[in-house]
Amino acid sequence: MDGLSRLSIESVNDFVIKFANVNGSGSASANALFAKSVLRMGIPASSRNIFPSNIQGLPTWYEVRICEKGHLGRRGGVDIMVAMNPQTWDEDLAEIEPGGYLFYDSTKPLPPSKFRDDITVIGAPLTTICNREYNDARQRQLFKNIIYLGALSALLNMDVAAIEQLISEQFRGRDTLIRPNLRALNLGREWALNEHECPIGLRLERVDKVGDQIFITGNDAAALGAVYGGATVCAWYPITPSSSLAEAFSNHCRRYRADPETKKKRYAIIQAEDELSSIGMVVGAAWNGARAFTATSGPGISLMQEFIGLAYFAEIPAVIFDVQRGSPSTGMPTRTQQADILSCAFASHGDTKHVLLFPEDPRESFLFAAEAFDLADRLQTPVFVMLDLDIGMNDWLVAPLAWDENRRYDRGKLMTAEQLDAGVEFGRYLDVDGDGIPYRTLPGTHPTRGAFFTRGTTKDRYARYSEEGPDYVDNMQRLLRKFDTAKRLVPRPIKRVARESTRYGAIYFGSTSPAMAEALEALEERGIHLDTLRVRAYPFHEDVFDFVAGHDRVFVVEQNRDAQLRTLLAIDGEIDPARLVPILHYDGTPITARFIVKAIGDILDVVTLAPLRRALP
Amino acid sequence: MTYIAKPRLHHPKLPTNALGYTHRDYEGAVSTLCAGCGHDSISAAIIQACFELSLPPHKIAKLSGIGCSSKTPTYFLGKSHGFNSVHGRMPSVLTGANLANRDLVYLGISGDGDSASIGLGQFAHCLRRAVNMVYVVENNGVYGLTKGQFSATADKGSKVRRGPVNTDSPIDLVALALQLGASFVGRSFSGDKRQLVPLIKAAIEHRGAAFIDVISPCVAFNNNPESTKSFDYVRAHNEAVNRLDVILERDEITADYAPGTVETVTQHDGSMLRLHKLAPDYDPHDRISAMAYLQQRHAEGEVVTGLLFVEPDSDDLHALSGTVEIPLNSLDEAELCPGPAALVQFNAAHR
Repeated sequence: MDGLSRLSIESVNDFVIKFANVNGSGSASANALFAKSVLRMGIPASSRNIFPSNIQGLPTWYEVRICEKGHLGRRGGVDIMVAMNPQTWDEDLAEIEPGGYLFYDSTKPLPPSKFRDDITVIGAPLTTICNREYNDARQRQLFKNIIYLGALSALLNMDVAAIEQLISEQFRGRDTLIRPNLRALNLGREWALNEHECPIGLRLERVDKVGDQIFITGNDAAALGAVYGGATVCAWYPITPSSSLAEAFSNHCRRYRADPETKKKRYAIIQAEDELSSIGMVVGAAWNGARAFTATSGPGISLMQEFIGLAYFAEIPAVIFDVQRGSPSTGMPTRTQQADILSCAFASHGDTKHVLLFPEDPRESFLFAAEAFDLADRLQTPVFVMLDLDIGMNDWLVAPLAWDENRRYDRGKLMTAEQLDAGVEFGRYLDVDGDGIPYRTLPGTHPTRGAFFTRGTTKDRYARYSEEGPDYVDNMQRLLRKFDTAKRLVPRPIKRVARESTRYGAIYFGSTSPAMAEALEALEERGIHLDTLRVRAYPFHEDVFDFVAGHDRVFVVEQNRDAQLRTLLAIDGEIDPARLVPILHYDGTPITARFIVKAIGDILDVVTLAPLRRALP
Repeated sequence: MTYIAKPRLHHPKLPTNALGYTHRDYEGAVSTLCAGCGHDSISAAIIQACFELSLPPHKIAKLSGIGCSSKTPTYFLGKSHGFNSVHGRMPSVLTGANLANRDLVYLGISGDGDSASIGLGQFAHCLRRAVNMVYVVENNGVYGLTKGQFSATADKGSKVRRGPVNTDSPIDLVALALQLGASFVGRSFSGDKRQLVPLIKAAIEHRGAAFIDVISPCVAFNNNPESTKSFDYVRAHNEAVNRLDVILERDEITADYAPGTVETVTQHDGSMLRLHKLAPDYDPHDRISAMAYLQQRHAEGEVVTGLLFVEPDSDDLHALSGTVEIPLNSLDEAELCPGPAALVQFNAAHR
């Protein structure tokens, strides 16, 4: 090893560590403990679970990116691999960067052909230690995870006090578990300190770059946003990666939504028999004046199509969280994508268009979740909050969640009994204010006035049955005006101007954010300057088309195969698609800065070189 | 058709109910169904039941799926909010509506195609969930609106005019409802208003999932003599197990009956169901024997009608899930939003 140490990666507070484990082995909590310990040392980090559609036995990975500079998108490549899964040994080994490190359980000897000579190999006899220390098979398994954490703490120069503190917090109330965990931690730590030179080239040093940021998943944050946004009815059907959103809503409600005196629930959650039923319940509840939502993923959106169309035409405020994944069936569903943009934007039969919100991280998931209920009530239409697996199921380091004390719910245009008594004219589909949004009454509002019959399309302005063409056209034109109003109400895009003036722009959205920020820095170092626009909602704000018009070429960076956002931009803005250059990442892993830099760099290098080449004989 | 307004004038001596309403106040638009359709009789029975119970019309929500039956909510309770939803999916919309406001009366109107064919799943699950509602299936064994195709309750061996023979076994919604845990199950015939009106009244007063299967002959497509859903067949084979009177708490009980012939059942809201036994050995409180009785009589070609099963003190979805007593849609921001202070703690727990 000595001869190779010269080549070893040396890096402080900036590396990627990946844990290769077997699903169901209890590694998840030890790995999360590692990530949180890094944060407690004041060093920014992000974590990503890469897991199979399986409960026990298949490979699973946990990747932690540590970056003092705060670049927390997936980077690509691994500096130190904690290889705990023999099944994936070869591919795990191959993923290590040259000069990187391999940490593995050396109990069972492996032939030299199983290693690489350009990396540092650290073999710890984890099974031997466990067999020596524990008699119980389950304990041997679980504590092995804590032992490797202990070894890493010494190898990477981690603050052991931070880990110990986290263990005490984690097992608070189950105090008998604290001591054995601390002991296991120390077993690993002792082994490393005695048997290996510590620290290795990858090191952690306490800094103060985390501040008051929090570490949270998008599903957890979105569910809390639904609580803050006043949702009282949740109907859902289990589907990865959205199930934890509904489950988190249930947890948050238990805490925040019990009547203080009676302890009864100020909410109702139904796990429906399928997605058709869950969206049906949401539509029924919203029709009846409750703020209601469902959480689902692509296949659920497919099943909900008919109801989404009805909700559009009947103008019912439904909120739908779509935590996007690779689809369909099993397998890719545990991987991330942004591939439901078109299926949500145009969900259902007939001429329909829907409002979509694109949060960039868990913090915006919280904000947009709450906002979605106001928008749905204001616009009386379904509103989609488009998360993805990367945002929804991974812990992200984000600014703390905040709520403005003075903020009030916007319940939209609800006609009251007092207004009806005062003789205000009520026509359910009458455009009184010129914004395309009619007034509605809730069932039970008034004994004699304001009742109406809800249907899809066969109706006139007063909700009377009508199959007349002009009535239909009149209604459809008003729905377009309403969609136009939506442009002014949804979150505006965020523009960033490059340091040097440029003819090139890039549009991106959602979980691409951190990778994009990092890519821009790297491109800038190469002399490539890009203005950027982060789209946060559909329908697109005028700013989006101004941005496109202001640049010769605009890269549209997204995580799907068919350039879905680009399609939507081209259709809505009547933009020549040639001006929108697709940058597409869709292998199921989160997009990386390296990918964006290479894809955009390759194109722009060609553009720059092209005249030269032509000049040659 | 619906442009023809019904004259609002009525005879000054029309009887009024406790709210001062006449039955005309419970009517809807003029029906556009075929002349003689059984469904119109059911609409009339619903109007009668709501009038007699003195229900404020605006405190009723009527929901339906798609089909001839699902068009009928337009033809009754014109002062109630209505929702003509998605084919086979009325139960989920009704469930959601009920979750939002537990204080309204929910009428779910469906048909055999809507409930037994496309909507069998939602039919089953809303009964399992004990949603407080009256679920009426206007059962004619045929798709009327699309002109005469079989539904899943069509008799095995029945024929479409110039079309194929149905070889599939029929679904018995009453048997399913009993098995699925509905706490009120009845069957009636659109041509027997005397039986149907009290049944609907009892179902409205019932707390929990109340299901009524109403055989409602389709005069256009399925009223042929061989059909078990025809007027003639049901008249000839109708075996009512009981006759029902519904007595509200405020009503005075006057009549006397011979012992053993009448049973009085008190429901959770104090309403009393007076059951006149017609089949002496039929017990509407025993789910299992009711199921066996129905199967036996069905095998003999009889159509058993009446109040087939009732669990008078059943719970509903709200009681089972422990929601607050006031409607969820009336909770205000202070009751719903934990506010900024709670976030401080939440954030601290995520560091």
